[in-house]
Amino acid sequence: MYLGRVVGRVWSSAKNESLTGRPMLIVQPVTPEGKPSGRRLVCTDWAGAGSGDLIYWARAREASFPFLPDEVVTDATIVAIVDQVHLGGTD
Amino acid sequence: MLIGRVVGDLVATHKHPSHGGLKLLLVQPLNLDGTNRGDPVVAVESVDAGVGDHVLLATEGYSAMTTVNRPLSPTEAAVIGIIDEVELLPEYR
Repeated sequence: MYLGRVVGRVWSSAKNESLTGRPMLIVQPVTPEGKPSGRRLVCTDWAGAGSGDLIYWARAREASFPFLPDEVVTDATIVAIVDQVHLGGTD
Repeated sequence: MLIGRVVGDLVATHKHPSHGGLKLLLVQPLNLDGTNRGDPVVAVESVDAGVGDHVLLATEGYSAMTTVNRPLSPTEAAVIGIIDEVELLPEYR
């Protein structure tokens, strides 16, 4: 999974019906320090994330699993909203 | 699989239920010369690895899910081992 920040939203009227009613958000991948890194992408949203939220997202076939039994045609899905990042950790 | 170093962890209260009860680590993938290979990823944890450990990182769904016994989980990265040593032929170092 990958850290990212929600920076926008995509609207689409004509789309695969499995995507109906599913928010599609634009995610900027970020480093654990919060610095943008890499190119933005479109993610379906399982977590109910909003603009500016720090999230993590999953890619590939696994991205469709949160929506089962619906078979949603997605290859990137936001699966969590991140509260805290610890660098160097707590141990 | 990739070799990586655990650089931290994260807390997410609102996350997919299949990630509940799992430790989420930040793992920096490494090249074999020890330099960073891209940015850190979020990985589920199954071998009690901690910060600073060199680990074996699975980067594909089936292996990642199986490691933590969470089938059909949106998970494609898991720490599946702690690396003791890596040996390379001299000409590949």
